[in-house]
Amino acid sequence: MASSSTRGAAIDLKSVSKHYGSFIALDKVSLRIEPGEFMTLLGPSGSGKTTTLNVIAGFTEVSSGSLDVGGKSVIGVPAHKRNIGVVFQHYALFPHMTVSRNVAYPLTLRGIANPDRESRVRKALDMVKMADFGHRFPSELSGGQQQRVALARAIVFDPPLLLMDEPLGALDKKLREWLQLEIKRIHRELGTTFVYVTHDQEEALVLSDRIAVFNQGRIEQIGTGRQLYDEPETLFVGKFVGDSTILRGAASTSGNETAIDVAGRKVAAAKRLSDGAKPVMLLRPEKLSLARRGKGGQDRNTLPGRIGEAIYLGSGSKYEVVLADSSKAIVRSTLDAETFAIGDEVDLIFAGSDVKLLADDENADFTLT
Amino acid sequence: MATRAIDSRDTVPAVTADDRRRWFRGQAFWLVAPALLLLVICLGLPLAIVTLRSFSEPRWGWQNYAWFFGTPVNLTVLQRTFAISAWVTLVCLVAGYPYAYVMTAVGPKLRLILILCVLVPFWVSGVVRTLAWVILLQDSGVINSVIRAVGLSPVKLIRTQTGVVIGMAQVLLPFMILPLYSVMKTIDLRLMQAARSLGASPARAFAQVYLPLSLPGVYAGAIIVFILALGFYITPALLGGPRSTMLSTLIQNQVLSLLNWGRGGAMGVVLLIATFVLLALAAPLSRQPHKTGSRR
Ligand SMILES: Nc1ncnc2c1ncn2[C@@H]1O[C@H](COP(=O)(O)OP(=O)(O)OP(=O)(O)O)[C@@H](O)[C@H]1O
Ligand SMILES: [Mg+2]
Repeated sequence: MASSSTRGAAIDLKSVSKHYGSFIALDKVSLRIEPGEFMTLLGPSGSGKTTTLNVIAGFTEVSSGSLDVGGKSVIGVPAHKRNIGVVFQHYALFPHMTVSRNVAYPLTLRGIANPDRESRVRKALDMVKMADFGHRFPSELSGGQQQRVALARAIVFDPPLLLMDEPLGALDKKLREWLQLEIKRIHRELGTTFVYVTHDQEEALVLSDRIAVFNQGRIEQIGTGRQLYDEPETLFVGKFVGDSTILRGAASTSGNETAIDVAGRKVAAAKRLSDGAKPVMLLRPEKLSLARRGKGGQDRNTLPGRIGEAIYLGSGSKYEVVLADSSKAIVRSTLDAETFAIGDEVDLIFAGSDVKLLADDENADFTLT
Repeated sequence: MATRAIDSRDTVPAVTADDRRRWFRGQAFWLVAPALLLLVICLGLPLAIVTLRSFSEPRWGWQNYAWFFGTPVNLTVLQRTFAISAWVTLVCLVAGYPYAYVMTAVGPKLRLILILCVLVPFWVSGVVRTLAWVILLQDSGVINSVIRAVGLSPVKLIRTQTGVVIGMAQVLLPFMILPLYSVMKTIDLRLMQAARSLGASPARAFAQVYLPLSLPGVYAGAIIVFILALGFYITPALLGGPRSTMLSTLIQNQVLSLLNWGRGGAMGVVLLIATFVLLALAAPLSRQPHKTGSRR
């Protein structure tokens, strides 16, 4: 098994579209993945993540666009000649083969004979900590064990690229968190390029070097978790990655200064907007603080509100503040901060520089599954 | 909602094997009694009588069996019965396997039509269907007319083994397709995708993943068709000739024409035992503990 970090293949999707009749499942998706990178495709249900993965794996033909894997175009190359490992959400182990034979299967197909084959199967099973289960049938394993075997089967033939489609989707939270760390470790040890699909943003943040956020067949933004959280380019990304408070306002500009009318107050904007624009203000919970009405934040922006919900979290508290225009703000505070009760009159305090001003976008509403 | 329902099911006290046994003795026995009675009266009893008479007529002893195995024609016909049945099974398998596969792959509407196509012949009497085959297969029949029309020399189909095999296969095809379909519809087609991703060409994915998983259906269908074919009577009698006589025709001859219940019975018992031996040989093949795909 390879251990160098140059083993992975680069992937280059250029303007890839996929149409089903008149329905557009992928709309000119362009995505470059570096060798050895851990790239996560994140997005709500039906946004085209699986379609993208299937296009790379060769299960689905593109309608237009180009796709290079390892510097070579693979358009028209059938799935079984692409040498790409795939892990499915539904495990897809062969029920009539033991664990060992399942893992040996890709080696058998490649004509690798026995001393070598056996040792590689053992190595792969060792890597996923399933070495003691070789003689079992898949039906005799738990879901997490089956998925680890599926992972071993997908890496045993040293593919330069591994695709995973919500591999932990069917498992409970504890197991999922543990396997996330295992997958991260395996990625580090192999140096293979990983493309991972999930609709769980926390999972994406834990695992990925970079994340591509999908929405309705298009990529909204590509970046590290930090970039997506701190610098969302669209309202959709801001809402999908991390908690956020969304305030809608109206801009009034005179000269170089823009003020935004929001929830009955004027807030100074960090950048100049055209007069009459209707921007969306996005604020992260940790950039917000609370004080009793009129008791602080004079040097910063304040918006009056009332505590609508107070939740004790153990490590602190989470408040939902209802503002004058009945929009809601989410605020997290630490244990040593002042505590508030439902109905308390408060001021929501934030610095103008922490406000992300984004274009409003009715497509930003999604249902999380 | 769904989780609530599962929870409440879990809290229902489990029905133990003991409860079930008691219930069976009390209630269930009377539910199966009519069927059991029918089986005993209509199958068990006549079978016992036939077996008895094969030893008792005209005298007590093995004479009828000695006659059966001592007459070369009988052995030829027994061998031919097995050969024709094997051919019928093979033809049904070759025709039924892709048909059953297509049934699993198409949409619900087309599937209904395909199922109807399999079942409709069941609603037509076997005699009528066989007579239809006579019209199709005879020397001046539809098939030979077509063959002549395209300029080839006609083939002899009626009163040949080929004709018998064709007619029997058509009658028995549903018994192959239905077990095949019931197994194939449980095979997770996504396994084929997994095999492809691991490097298997479509042909290898079929041979190494789909085919093994469909084997229980193949065994079930093959056994049913083969056994039904062994005892087939009407079709070989109407479509066959002297050189395609099957054992059932000989039995009928002995019993109804010669009124020799002893010899007829002995032939029946030989066929029955041969069938059981075959079943016993096939049983280990169909016993596969981890056969079905994990369709979720
Ligand atoms: N074979 C197909 N025919 C028609 N439409 C399809 C087909 N496959 C996918 N689609 C559509 O393409 C869209 C994208 O599907 P895709 O499976 O890529 O979503 P996804 O992002 O993986 O969602 P999920 O998180 O639910 O798995 C969906 O609206 C889906 O209905
Ligand atoms: Mg999907």
